[in-house]
Amino acid sequence: MFAFLRKRLVASVLAVLIVTVIVFVLARLQGDPRTLYLDENMSQETYEALGRELGLDRPVVVQYFIFIGNVATGDLGISMHQRTPVADIVMERLPATLKLAVAGFLFSLLVGVPLGILSAVKRGSVWDVAGRGFAVLGHSLPSFWVGIMAIFVFSVQLGWLPPFGDGGLDHYILPAIALGWAAAGGQMRLVRSAMLETLDSQYIVLARAKGVNERDIVFKHALRNALLAPLTFAGLTLGSLITGAIIIETVFAWPGLGLLAINAVVASDYAILQGVMIVITVLYIVTSLLVDLIYGWIDPRIRYD
Amino acid sequence: MHPPPSSQSDVVLDVRNMTTEFTTKWGRVRAVDDVSYQVRRGETLGVVGESGSGKSVTALSIMRLVPSPAGRIVGGEVFLNGRDLLKLSDKEMSKVRGGEISMILQDPMQALNPVFTVGQQVGETIRIHEGLRGRPLADKVIEALKKVRIPAPERRVKDYPHQLSGGMRQRVVGAIGISSSPSVVIADEPTTSLDVTIQAAYLRLLRQLQDEYGLAIVFITHDFGVVAKMCHRVAVMYAGRIVEMADVRTIFNNPLHEYTKALIGSVPRMDADGDRLPQLDGQPPLLHDLPAGDAFAPRSKLEFSPEDAGVRPELVEVEEGHWVQLSRPSVAAFDHYSHMVSYG
Repeated sequence: MFAFLRKRLVASVLAVLIVTVIVFVLARLQGDPRTLYLDENMSQETYEALGRELGLDRPVVVQYFIFIGNVATGDLGISMHQRTPVADIVMERLPATLKLAVAGFLFSLLVGVPLGILSAVKRGSVWDVAGRGFAVLGHSLPSFWVGIMAIFVFSVQLGWLPPFGDGGLDHYILPAIALGWAAAGGQMRLVRSAMLETLDSQYIVLARAKGVNERDIVFKHALRNALLAPLTFAGLTLGSLITGAIIIETVFAWPGLGLLAINAVVASDYAILQGVMIVITVLYIVTSLLVDLIYGWIDPRIRYD
Repeated sequence: MHPPPSSQSDVVLDVRNMTTEFTTKWGRVRAVDDVSYQVRRGETLGVVGESGSGKSVTALSIMRLVPSPAGRIVGGEVFLNGRDLLKLSDKEMSKVRGGEISMILQDPMQALNPVFTVGQQVGETIRIHEGLRGRPLADKVIEALKKVRIPAPERRVKDYPHQLSGGMRQRVVGAIGISSSPSVVIADEPTTSLDVTIQAAYLRLLRQLQDEYGLAIVFITHDFGVVAKMCHRVAVMYAGRIVEMADVRTIFNNPLHEYTKALIGSVPRMDADGDRLPQLDGQPPLLHDLPAGDAFAPRSKLEFSPEDAGVRPELVEVEEGHWVQLSRPSVAAFDHYSHMVSYG
């Protein structure tokens, strides 16, 4: 178990390092940041002074090490427009995005997994048809359109739920569905096919021959074996829900990282963009690591390899 | 080989006219067609046939584990210690499964659940059928593993299936099968995926357990070599029906049905000359496309007139305890049985 843990940790740290390289290179590719601060008639002295302030006079490799050193200590630079540390801005917005992503994630799990089990156990029934319909719709409808339609129907026409902004639990319902529906559909399909496969296996026949009741057959013997693929998907989902929130936050005027990133793009505030990117990728990698650990817990064959 | 049980009254499993059908894309298929057999206490009945002959589906039908809704038992009775299993409620039946009657499945790689330990899987049966928990349950699990001669059972209980060898896994499956002292064990090709020496050891173990606990065993196999070592009586199945049934000596010394002869002839022998094993011409029948009447007629070396082939052969007791499906040409071939058969 510890060897397994160590391997995964090393891989995760490497992944974060690679991400910092990419972010660093992308930022340099945007051109000379000084042109964003200064007008065309700037003097050579101001230009060079700003370069020294931003550390641009150093060799690129040195710049990179300064950059990861700063990132490691939580310094993500200064926003050009707001003139405040990026880390503060990002941290202020992060909770809202996380809460929304978790809400969408819970929706995808709480709807997708039971629906998948139901479809598999009652294969060919009305439940199965309805479940698969739900999955296909979730995959094919664009999330922003679902968001807009949901606002139109449930907020504007029916007036049941608030149309935008962060607030009480009712504020979460529409964005969580818009964000999580596609993931719920994918989850449902994966759980369904994995359950069908395991329910067909010899050890299920043996479990039945032992006199195990139907509930334990489904939830104990089959489900635990069927959970591996859906679990990977869930891990990837949580990551992609954090990034997917960028669009949904715009639709629902949700005060999170997504809205922050969109505004930063409009304002060419690349320090903020860079900060958002690093935070999101680190979150993504951490969730993958968690998934790997849960894997080992569920399937002993992985744990002992 | 230990002697077969003598008493006739010891019948524990009595299958009568079992008929099971499947709905497939080619229509309704009769996988088990009017099969009857009995097994006595301490006796092993071998059920032999090619794949698709219905030997495993008969076993699943006895356990009422035919996959539904595709498969359905359409007729027959299964008396286990005098109770008709087909008349029990689902709940009662699930108490019988793994309790009074249990199963040992073919492939030990597939038959154990990969995410539970050996102890959990053996313990589950005991917990369900004897209601034990905690320390007494753990003791009983170790006892069950000892019964199947698993070395160091105290350590093995914590192992997962992938940590055991194939032979050990098959023993664990065996331990699950006998842990709740069943009166009947259905063993479905239990040694097929084991190599020969492990197979021999496993068969010896099964016989020992049978002697110790008086188990009645239904031993499903396609291998007549194993039959000779294991079984007291043999039922040969073809296309969902029993074509011949007799005690093991009679089956080997005086097989009457062509199909039985062909199966016995295809067992390799150490003392035989020649380089090719005899073979049976033709293919096993497709159940959705069975010839009406005698399913074996297309593969028979005897001459069937179209009319003869259309007659469904009866299973006839030609001498005491020796049952054979007799078609008209086969009756002509051994004339002296003809007085026992009458075709309308």
